[in-house]
Amino acid sequence: MTAQPSSSASSALGRIHMQIMWNRLLSVVEEQAQTLIRTAFSTSVREAGDLSAGVFDMRGRMLAQAVTGTPGHVNAMAASVGFFLDKFPAATMQEGDVYVTNDPWLGTGHLHDFTVVTPTFQDGRPVALFAATSHVVDVGGRGFGPDGRQVYEEGIYIPIMKLAAAGEMNQSVLDIVRANVREPVQVEGDLYSLAACNETGSRRLLAMMREFDLADLDAIGDYVVENSREAMLTEIRKLPFGTYRNAMRIDGYEKEVDLVCALTISESGIDVDFAGTSPVSLYGINVPLTYTDAYASFGVRCMIGGQIPNNWGSLDPVRVTAPKGSILNAPHPCAVAARHVIGQMLPDVVLGCLEQALEGGVPAEGTSSLWNPMLMGGHGVVDADYGDATPFAMNIFHTGGTGARIGKDGLSATAFPSGVRNTPVEINETISPLVFWRKEYRTDSGGAGRYRGGTGQIMEIEHLEGAPFAISAMFDRCRYPARGRQGGGNGALGAVRTRDGLTLRPKGRQTVPAGDRLILEMPGGGGTGDPRMRPVAEVAEDVRNGIVSVEAALRDYGVVVEAGGANARRP
Amino acid sequence: MAASRAREPARLAVDIGGTFTDIALEIGARRITTKTLTTSRAPEEGVLAGIDRVLAEAAIAPEEVGIIIHGTTLATNALIERKGARTALIVTEGFRDSVEMAYENRFEQYDVNVDRPRPLVPRSLRLPVRERLSAGGEALIPLDEQSVRDLVPVLRENGVESVAIGLIHAYANPAHEQRVAAILGEAFPDLPISLSSEVCPEIREYERQSTTCANAYVQPLIGRYLTRLDARLREQGFACPFFLMTSGGGLTTLDTAVRFPIRLVESGPAGGAILASRIAAEMGLDEVLSYDMGGTTAKICLIDGMEPLKSRTFEVDRVYRFKRGSGLPVRIPVIEMVEIGAGGGSIAQVDAMKRIAVGPESAGSEPGPACYGRGGERPTVTDADVVMGRIDPERFADGAVTLDMAAAGRAVTVNIGEPLSLDTALAAFGVCEIVDENMANAARVHAIEWGRDVARRTMIAFGGAAPLHATRLAEKLGLDTVIVPTGAGVGSAIGFLQAPIAYEVVRSRYMRLGSFDAALANEALDAMRAEADAVVRLGAPGEELLETRQAFMRYAGQGHEISVALPVREIVRDDAQVLKQAFEEAYTALYGRIIPHLDIEILSWTLTLQTRVPEPRRVEASRPGGSLAEARKTRRIFDPGLGREVDAGLYWRPDLGPGARVAGPALIAEPQTTTVVSAAFDAYVNEIGYLVLRRRPSSTGAAQS
Repeated sequence: MTAQPSSSASSALGRIHMQIMWNRLLSVVEEQAQTLIRTAFSTSVREAGDLSAGVFDMRGRMLAQAVTGTPGHVNAMAASVGFFLDKFPAATMQEGDVYVTNDPWLGTGHLHDFTVVTPTFQDGRPVALFAATSHVVDVGGRGFGPDGRQVYEEGIYIPIMKLAAAGEMNQSVLDIVRANVREPVQVEGDLYSLAACNETGSRRLLAMMREFDLADLDAIGDYVVENSREAMLTEIRKLPFGTYRNAMRIDGYEKEVDLVCALTISESGIDVDFAGTSPVSLYGINVPLTYTDAYASFGVRCMIGGQIPNNWGSLDPVRVTAPKGSILNAPHPCAVAARHVIGQMLPDVVLGCLEQALEGGVPAEGTSSLWNPMLMGGHGVVDADYGDATPFAMNIFHTGGTGARIGKDGLSATAFPSGVRNTPVEINETISPLVFWRKEYRTDSGGAGRYRGGTGQIMEIEHLEGAPFAISAMFDRCRYPARGRQGGGNGALGAVRTRDGLTLRPKGRQTVPAGDRLILEMPGGGGTGDPRMRPVAEVAEDVRNGIVSVEAALRDYGVVVEAGGANARRP
Repeated sequence: MAASRAREPARLAVDIGGTFTDIALEIGARRITTKTLTTSRAPEEGVLAGIDRVLAEAAIAPEEVGIIIHGTTLATNALIERKGARTALIVTEGFRDSVEMAYENRFEQYDVNVDRPRPLVPRSLRLPVRERLSAGGEALIPLDEQSVRDLVPVLRENGVESVAIGLIHAYANPAHEQRVAAILGEAFPDLPISLSSEVCPEIREYERQSTTCANAYVQPLIGRYLTRLDARLREQGFACPFFLMTSGGGLTTLDTAVRFPIRLVESGPAGGAILASRIAAEMGLDEVLSYDMGGTTAKICLIDGMEPLKSRTFEVDRVYRFKRGSGLPVRIPVIEMVEIGAGGGSIAQVDAMKRIAVGPESAGSEPGPACYGRGGERPTVTDADVVMGRIDPERFADGAVTLDMAAAGRAVTVNIGEPLSLDTALAAFGVCEIVDENMANAARVHAIEWGRDVARRTMIAFGGAAPLHATRLAEKLGLDTVIVPTGAGVGSAIGFLQAPIAYEVVRSRYMRLGSFDAALANEALDAMRAEADAVVRLGAPGEELLETRQAFMRYAGQGHEISVALPVREIVRDDAQVLKQAFEEAYTALYGRIIPHLDIEILSWTLTLQTRVPEPRRVEASRPGGSLAEARKTRRIFDPGLGREVDAGLYWRPDLGPGARVAGPALIAEPQTTTVVSAAFDAYVNEIGYLVLRRRPSSTGAAQS
């Protein structure tokens, strides 16, 4: 008589507890990620959030992942833990074990990303796995750039193995890593910080399991996965079912690349297939499938179900495939170091499919690939005598404009889809012998439209000591622009050149001669809608701000306006 | 009474908030407080009205007031509402857009439509001059003075009311900025000009320019207001010193406040943290978590060794769910705290994953929570508290609002209970659990970011909503003691009365410990000391000053600096070793290890001078000797820790004298809030009237390790 109501009350309480625990898991991985960010060495981890952190159940299902700066690890990490479990099944795990790899095909697509997995033990039994990935400063080989022809040239390659066994660090693997990279102290430090952040996560998880008296994560895992899957499927089922196709041509390295996509929305989810895409490149811009999966599904998720946390359940309904041997499913031993140049283009391709399915449209194409060159000076680094000039190596993070958005202009000089943060010019000049003469918006680079594409930027860089310096370029949209949508114009092409008239290639290591200046002209984003529908006042404002020239106002927008933006009208 | 009044001059504090202006008057141990409505158009009206009221109640004349301390959100509001001056920014040729490009990123990955906050200065008023300094402060291109003069007509034509100057590497050498200011000053003698080399002489062009623009943007408004208020106070007969509360927790003079009004943002929350630090000192608490929860947000601050955590990073106007990166950065001395969208007015709803989500959207004061009966239909945290029986409907807000219990229940049932098939009580419990969990998570992540742990801390809870949620939050964080001070409703103003007169100066001077330059360090520190001294002396002539110095250091190539205390004396070459050791200790405290063989670099230096604040009288950690107080009545409340309804005694706080004890579960009501003593806690009143809540030994260890 009394048992019934009390058990229903306790099940209701149980459901509230499930919600609390889900929130707690998200907080646990956030603490894990914060620990990693604060201790990392690599610029891309600290400034760009090029890392990921997550917790998995013993079936390898990801239950929570920290929201960090890069979508490039989203599914990649979720999948990689399964590969660790294949090699080290739960039954073989010992308390204090830590596993590691930087295998591009089992991790996040290039050797610079190290993934570390740590089992969490409760009462002598493994109950969860914490995984963390970060981009390390250096992995030896050619250094960060697209010039490799095979992955063997790109640096040290660590298969899935133990970084620690029963609490003892594996000194052999650390010795080998140290001997093979240019910054051994920092890389070793990053491996330690990956292990440490997993420990932070483990401690917090065990506290939660004690608080809620859990022996395993099965029930909370099912709850998280099922609710997320259902929420994602509900969002997807609101869309018109069907197959939507799109293709985008980009520069590539030795020849152009066609990214071809068919996106199918059905009752069971969204399938993204890249059949018809160009074959692998001879150079290091090839993309392992895990990375393709990450950026293609981010393209879906930034429009559909973006508020649903990443986990096995929310990722599951979006399935990504690409033919083996295509540049989006490059097999070993293809070179892959600069796979981000191609991978970061995939959201634009996916958005082009979704445009046909989504009322209200999608953003236009943008710069999309970061402009993040390595800049270097030193003996053997430049194709000339470096003399006594100060040696340096620096990875700077910048970008052009994004595509015009839904009912809004694009963002100028802003990263999308990557979540990069730039590095300040004053810091760059303090730690290198370079001077940055200019870093400003690039007039007329945003594609014209009712909503204008985001503006690119121009940077002008010189070696202050009159020495030559090298750039490892990894740029795209220098031959094929970001396209507008619905009548909007294309964004301006990017360019790499020198003040004294040298034209540099957008990809590959090259030398800027002594006394000359490197000029990077970053692309603009595409516009949306007919530029002649853009209100005169907005065009005048752009002219007043020097974002659009007087000539372009007339040519692209049909607006007559004086310099300074006065007396604007559409004749 | 009269005799003690003659010996101790009255001290008056005024805190202007968005809705209320709080006034606190202290005469010896006597304290009189009041709240008036903020009069936004002429804030001095509300201030003077409130002052009149407390002086009348205390029966003293303006001449008897010995000090006035003022904090205000006016600068913050001007920035948020974009109601500041028409401002121009003078930049180095080639760098017009640093202040708009910001970090070149999007702060919310999954929302393609996010916008960064609109820059305070549009591109058409970001005006280049020809000049360039190197990182070492040498002129690569000397200042082209004609390029400055060419701007005069531009400023005039555009009706510019305030100017910010932010040249590249000006932190290393202010000469070009000073010359630009001099040339513009000749043309416009009354134009306010803010130099980045004075407002924020710190490396990183975006943050420095952003700070300088914000200073210039609010300067005319704040300058006019403070000058007006000062004149009115003098007219009324106040002859005492007048100080402003800064975000860093120190007081500053009117002149300095008018020059650097940006330092006044967030002075209210700083006052709260000062209050909590003072209580920590009174009670001898080394590790404290200060918890301030109001109508819109909750703020959590860590206080170690009776000093709140401080930093130089703050964002004004976070436009997107209080999310980091969505605001305008200002680099000023601030008391570091985490602020989340969790207050009494935060709205609860069911999200796409069928989870209860609370905040950051707030019902505000209009329509307010459903229980206010002013047309609000969406359930808020306050509504959930009402449903759970925690708030006495007859005594809410001193009887100013009569609570509509039925409306609260309806809002919770319709919006939370029905979609999730929960009865009303459980739905309300769910709302409170989620908001408490959100605060607990924010506190833990904040602590991790600062290399601290929340466990073992004592919580000090104030603000209208904090005492309602304090014990549950403590349970979640594994804390055993919660203090609810007296006068919690005007905590910030009371905190102002405890603050020292202080000024912090920053300089960026780059060096590596491997090539440590003691002469350069001394040169910078001496200049900084002179600057700070000039400012503090204005307010504290002849007083003994306390000096502290910090270096902001990191391993070469890292992106984050950590602050390390420097010895207060001439720096010598061997101090490189001292600094290395101090850095390694600080680094280990934060991250658990050092990195051998890597050089360490210093980016910036700060120096603070402050007056000494008298030590508070130590309160004995007295065991409750009194008897158990008798409850006025009993009320059914839902206890989250037990997960069921229990009978709780209802007490009226003014009835409880020092030594009185209350056994949980209980509710202790007072005019502006109610303290919930959960079933796991007991409470007593200490000798100065604070409620001290202690977890019963049998109830510890439920949460965190």
